[in-house]
Amino acid sequence: MDRFLFLTFDGLSRGAVYAAFALALVLIWRATRIVNFAQGAMAVATAYVAYSVADATGSYWLGFIVALVAGLLIGAGVERVVMRFVDHSSPLNGVVVALGLVLIIQGVLGMIYGNEFRPAPAPFSRDAFNIGGVALLSRYDLFVFAAVGAVVVLLTLLFTRTPTGLRMRAAAFAPDVSRLLGVPVGGMLTLGWALAAAVGSLAGMLVIPTELGLHPTAMDIVFISAFTAAVLGGLDSPIGAVLGGLIVGLLLSYISGYLGATVAPMAVLALLVVVLLSRPDGLFSRSKARTA
Amino acid sequence: MTVVRDRVATRIASPPMRRRFSPLLVVMIGAAIVVALTYTLPPFRTYQLATVGAYLCVTAGLTVLTGLNGQLSLGHGALMATGAYTLALWQNKFNLLVVGIIVAILVTTAVGAVIGLAAARLRGPYLAGLTLAVAVVVPSITSTFDETFNSDQGLSVMLNPPPESMTNEQWQAWVCWGGALITVLALALLTRGRFGRDMRAVRDDETAARLAGISVARTQVAAFVVSAACAGLAGALFAVIAQSVSPGAFPLTLSLFLLMAIVIGGLGRLTGALIGAVLLVALPAVAHEIGEAAGSQRLEGNLALTFFGVVLVVVMLAAPGGLASLRPFKKKGHR
Repeated sequence: MDRFLFLTFDGLSRGAVYAAFALALVLIWRATRIVNFAQGAMAVATAYVAYSVADATGSYWLGFIVALVAGLLIGAGVERVVMRFVDHSSPLNGVVVALGLVLIIQGVLGMIYGNEFRPAPAPFSRDAFNIGGVALLSRYDLFVFAAVGAVVVLLTLLFTRTPTGLRMRAAAFAPDVSRLLGVPVGGMLTLGWALAAAVGSLAGMLVIPTELGLHPTAMDIVFISAFTAAVLGGLDSPIGAVLGGLIVGLLLSYISGYLGATVAPMAVLALLVVVLLSRPDGLFSRSKARTA
Repeated sequence: MTVVRDRVATRIASPPMRRRFSPLLVVMIGAAIVVALTYTLPPFRTYQLATVGAYLCVTAGLTVLTGLNGQLSLGHGALMATGAYTLALWQNKFNLLVVGIIVAILVTTAVGAVIGLAAARLRGPYLAGLTLAVAVVVPSITSTFDETFNSDQGLSVMLNPPPESMTNEQWQAWVCWGGALITVLALALLTRGRFGRDMRAVRDDETAARLAGISVARTQVAAFVVSAACAGLAGALFAVIAQSVSPGAFPLTLSLFLLMAIVIGGLGRLTGALIGAVLLVALPAVAHEIGEAAGSQRLEGNLALTFFGVVLVVVMLAAPGGLASLRPFKKKGHR
């Protein structure tokens, strides 16, 4: 029972990260109907920048802020320079371009930093507190919950309470009408990509210290998990992405806890196959998501 | 209008370019060229030639899948791993190369059928996501069952020495190109007939294809299975060339390289697959030389990676209409 509780909290902590990452995928999907397959590589790139800054200045938090800013910049840059010019006649075009970006980013990172794992220390202790003799949560887990919770709240406020959020939603759902009404649709797309990439960077900063460390391919398996979470939530629904992330996190935690960590990747694949074949519209989606 | 006319033309008239040469003749000329090359090139070049042959198997299969049938697969690196590991396990037990290669193809075909059954129900980013997951996850299976697959170290492949009259490189080139030419011949014959027409019809318009009495799902699964068999053969040939298999030889980037090769080679033509296969060997070799000249180890592999990525993005953005415009027989003035 103790172990079950520990695995549950561990899974929720992992799941929070997947939720944030899935949220970033959903933001871009809603705005542009592109699944950003380069999200993982972009997040790793900002994490590298962050740890370089942290190493140079000795301050993790300065690096953390730099990661978020770098995320905004790389997201806006990718949208402005590349994604804007992708032909939308086939959904595969965006996918292939994003995969090209993955190769570029991983190649450049490898050239600058090398292809070995680099240490990525966590800002808080990852040792779990004992509550009533049961190891449940670490300070780091609390930090993860707080960070992801803040992101979810801020995004909700942005999209439901501010004029900019309204414009972003309008630009995503009816670009032509929005343009007629004076909404700068292109700018809103850039903003959406920037925000999504920043959220992805946050998720990367949160997950990399809990894995093997910094590596150009460090986020590959995280991307798969988050993609599964996003599909589980319907790919169109932010709430679904958050719930999907938590479900995937819990499942992976139980599976690695009871069956061994090496089984976890296969479990992700199996879950993705089951979801895609049985509920391709996701568990929570109201609208039809599988239009492409 | 032109799209419709082109589409009708694709479906009714068999493509004129295809009828010009008999595939058998082309393959025999190809075999003669390869044999001549193996006796003139230095050993390292012959080894590279063998690698081109192995790559050609998988790029030809992918060309059929993506170019002719419009399905994207990022999982073919993993399918190659399946073929390679099957061959390694077979060789270390029985040491019968020809049977081993056939078994590798059969096993990979079976795996491909499973993925293809799922893939036929998925479109666009969902299909890409699923096959991407396959590419990322399958190499990690070697750690899950490390008693069979020996984790990250991989397995060595037991092989009999080549016949005495030829060098090891020559023998590798003959084996790989034998496989490649048979693959190309089989695919050329397969796609020029009814199957090829069905695949193009499904690619261009699923609804119209269904109305014409074509089973869309069956065609898509069949295309996936055919290309999986090609990937299995390629994987087995790579195991023969390297005389070892390890998960590190089949990373996600391999699948992305394959995608790049067929996009640049021109989707849908088997000659494009050959161009792609040559690029897959030539570009890393050039990057290696540059890396050595610069004296930087980090540069070597990563330069090729970056270059492949840039080429992929530039080609996709420069081609108006993206992937579809890269296909032959859809361009105006092609006839």
